[in-house]
Amino acid sequence: MADYDLTQTHIIHLDEPKHEIALSTEKLNVYYGENRAMHDASLQFERYRITALIGASGSGKSTYLRSLNRMNDNIANSRVTGKIMYRDLNINSDEIDVYKMREHIGMVFQRPNPFAKSIYDNITFALKRHGQKDKKYLDEVVETSLKQAALWDQVKDSLGKSALALSGGQQQRLCIARAIAMKPDILLLDEPASALDPISTNTVEETLIRLKEEFTIVIVTHNMQQAARISDYTAFFHSGRALEFDETRKLFTRPKIKAAEDYVSGHFG
Amino acid sequence: MDPIKASLLKKSRAAKSETRGKLISLVCISLIVFIVLAIFYFVASRGLATFFKDKVSIGRFLTQSTWNPSLKDSHGHPEVGALPMIMGSFGVTFLAALLATPFAIGAGIFMTEISPKRGEKLLQPVMELLVGIPSVVYGFIGLSVIVPAVRHLFGGSGFGILAGTCVLFVMILPTVTSMTVDALKSVPRHYREASLALGATRWQTTWKVVLKAATPGILTGVVFGMARAFGEALAVQMVIGNAALLPHNLITPASTLTSVLTMGMGNTVMGSLANNALWSLALLLLLMSLLFNLLVRLIGRKGAMNR
Amino acid sequence: MNAKKWDKVATAVLTGIAGLIVLLLACLLGYILVRGLPHVTWQFLTKPAQTFTKGGGIGVQLFNSFYLLILAMVISIPLSIGAGIYLAEYAPKNWVTNVVRTAIEVLSSLPSVVVGLFGFLVFVIQFKLGFSILAGALVLTVFNLPLLTRNVEDALKSIHFTQREAGLALGLSRYETVKHVVIPEALPNIITGMILGAGRVFGEAAALIYTAGQSAPSLDFTNWNPMYIASPLNPMRPAETLAVHIWKINSEGIMPDATAVSAGASAVLIIAVLLFNWLARVIGKRVYRKMTAA
Ligand SMILES: Nc1ncnc2c1ncn2[C@@H]1O[C@H](COP(=O)(O)OP(=O)(O)OP(=O)(O)O)[C@@H](O)[C@H]1O
Ligand SMILES: [Mg+2]
Repeated sequence: MADYDLTQTHIIHLDEPKHEIALSTEKLNVYYGENRAMHDASLQFERYRITALIGASGSGKSTYLRSLNRMNDNIANSRVTGKIMYRDLNINSDEIDVYKMREHIGMVFQRPNPFAKSIYDNITFALKRHGQKDKKYLDEVVETSLKQAALWDQVKDSLGKSALALSGGQQQRLCIARAIAMKPDILLLDEPASALDPISTNTVEETLIRLKEEFTIVIVTHNMQQAARISDYTAFFHSGRALEFDETRKLFTRPKIKAAEDYVSGHFG
Repeated sequence: MDPIKASLLKKSRAAKSETRGKLISLVCISLIVFIVLAIFYFVASRGLATFFKDKVSIGRFLTQSTWNPSLKDSHGHPEVGALPMIMGSFGVTFLAALLATPFAIGAGIFMTEISPKRGEKLLQPVMELLVGIPSVVYGFIGLSVIVPAVRHLFGGSGFGILAGTCVLFVMILPTVTSMTVDALKSVPRHYREASLALGATRWQTTWKVVLKAATPGILTGVVFGMARAFGEALAVQMVIGNAALLPHNLITPASTLTSVLTMGMGNTVMGSLANNALWSLALLLLLMSLLFNLLVRLIGRKGAMNR
Repeated sequence: MNAKKWDKVATAVLTGIAGLIVLLLACLLGYILVRGLPHVTWQFLTKPAQTFTKGGGIGVQLFNSFYLLILAMVISIPLSIGAGIYLAEYAPKNWVTNVVRTAIEVLSSLPSVVVGLFGFLVFVIQFKLGFSILAGALVLTVFNLPLLTRNVEDALKSIHFTQREAGLALGLSRYETVKHVVIPEALPNIITGMILGAGRVFGEAAALIYTAGQSAPSLDFTNWNPMYIASPLNPMRPAETLAVHIWKINSEGIMPDATAVSAGASAVLIIAVLLFNWLARVIGKRVYRKMTAA
């Protein structure tokens, strides 16, 4: 791998009120013990838009994404510094109720992780825990979220079936349905399509494009075509740094940073 | 103000449940630790009374061989010599371990190197059942089979260290075996493959390579077995004869720390010297159990270093 | 050639050892069952014991064993689940946790007589419970807790971390996730461990001699009010269990048919243990299948 100048960055700034910013980070640093895995990442995520996070393996995409809803809190000796702004609040602070926050900033993981419960219970479990008891509402949510995740037609007759009996791709879509059933503000997805076949991938992509009417989406992907197809903005990560952030169209056609250019062209050329 | 924003600044139901759950689980674990401390405190406070309140010297306690706590000898010293029981306990423990180890290693090798399939299907359940049989049942079988057999073969009453050893042998066999199996299983495959590739037979490979690599694990198993033997009470008590005398051979009645404890505790008055002396025996048992634990750790650390 | 021959001899010897062990178990079980089963009649299982005459049963002792077991499990299951959750989910990696783990290890390897004597001193004398079922149940809890706790911890740890992340990402607390997601998934292993623990408790005698006591006052099976002195449910009455009974009649040697009664009682005890073993397997598997089934 070539040595790149890591001090040179190209990060666009989205100005309000032209762009409504749903979530942003300011000088976000993540440490795993002594190891600094993210350096001063400052990005903004526009409301009702899809932002793709791209970069080589180990560049820190997951690290960054997971810190957005503080999933890194659960990793022993990991530490996050800097600001994560959501609704005028720095949610990277002790005053914030992380559990409530995660109801609004949902996440879908790289590996499908359905509960060992029925399909129906997978979707309604958290809602019920959060106090939703209305059976009619729950039924409705199950149906709409499964439809949104393009899974409804395949499972509508077997909602009582164990989620573990689904295929990997179906499980992942169930996890997406589970996340959107919470009606979050923001949806974080970590390579949601990496375990899927091309057809399911396609369905998920269509789902995401439809979902951005309601949600703000941040998605990590290794698939350049996917990033180009579905995202409005793209952030390029390298060596634990966000080096370039721009509209997807611009970043893919005319990257400003050498590392991004090499990465993008390497994948297209 | 934005209701979502407001809700982020309040303590949520989930946060409360987390606090509660953490607290509950912390209470449970603390209780266990507290119980352990309490056991040590109570046993020690009673057991040390013999030395600090009744002024029996620890040296005499450990080396004298007359156990008659209610009497005093001609010098006015109470007769609390625990040596017969100490010898008895160590005697049955070492002999049982000595007997069980080759069997355990043999069975372990059979289960891992010769016939893993039959090992898993047959020997594994056998071991589990042997562990499951209650110690009083072992004691009863010892009493009705082994003791008469010993009497028949060697004369005497049949009660004694030999009978105790036989019973303990069966009782610790599964413990030692299952740990030996674990140790043998954890020897990496390539050790065996390398040795076999060099033309060694299976036996040579097992003997020179596998067993050697598994030694710390096997030793740990043996120590665990010894700990179990040392602390076993009723099965031994039923066959050892319960005579607090220095054992001169394996077939005359003897006693162990545990057997004297089970027999005596009900017949002494709390706080009397005779009672305190029994607690001292309990303390000794406790300390031995700690020592066995320590040994296991030392072996584990050494084994890890040699890897 | 020589090496080959050695190989054969060693294989034969090792197979012999394995065979011998199987034979040993077969003999043990065979002996107990052949000698004991003929005595095991409905009469034997239900009648109270006799001290000086032949023909006593084990009815009260059998009941005591089960009652004590249930009480002990009722106390120790929630405690061990709580403690297991702490170790698997919350325990930080530091010296305090190491001390805690060591304490549990030490407790699990303490001789049961020592635990029993501790119970005698604390529950029977200090708490003034006297020789009673309650004291017995408490001491069995102490005896059982370390193994159950470790079993729960292992069962929880065998569930992948991603399951917890799934719950957390939905705004649930770690505790909720563990309670409603992880524990149900770990249930097959937890149940297996609990039943095996129950088997151990059922056969335990040394810890009970000086806590639950060595006498079995006759019970009035028509009055189930726990406050009534002869009620089977009264937790404050002394209660000799089956295992203690076997030990008692053999070391006292007063009962004229002690050997026959012991053989019968041993057979019952062994059958119970076999049952526990079998149940542990079957129920564990059944629960597992039910959870993962379509
Ligand atoms: N739990 C952890 N503990 C310690 N280091 C970690 C942990 N998770 C990630 N890292 C380190 O942080 C760096 C970034 O990892 P991260 O998982 O964010 O990369 P990524 O861009 O998501 O890669 P991939 O495309 O392979 O998923 C890596 O060097 C990794 O070793
Ligand atoms: Mg990743």
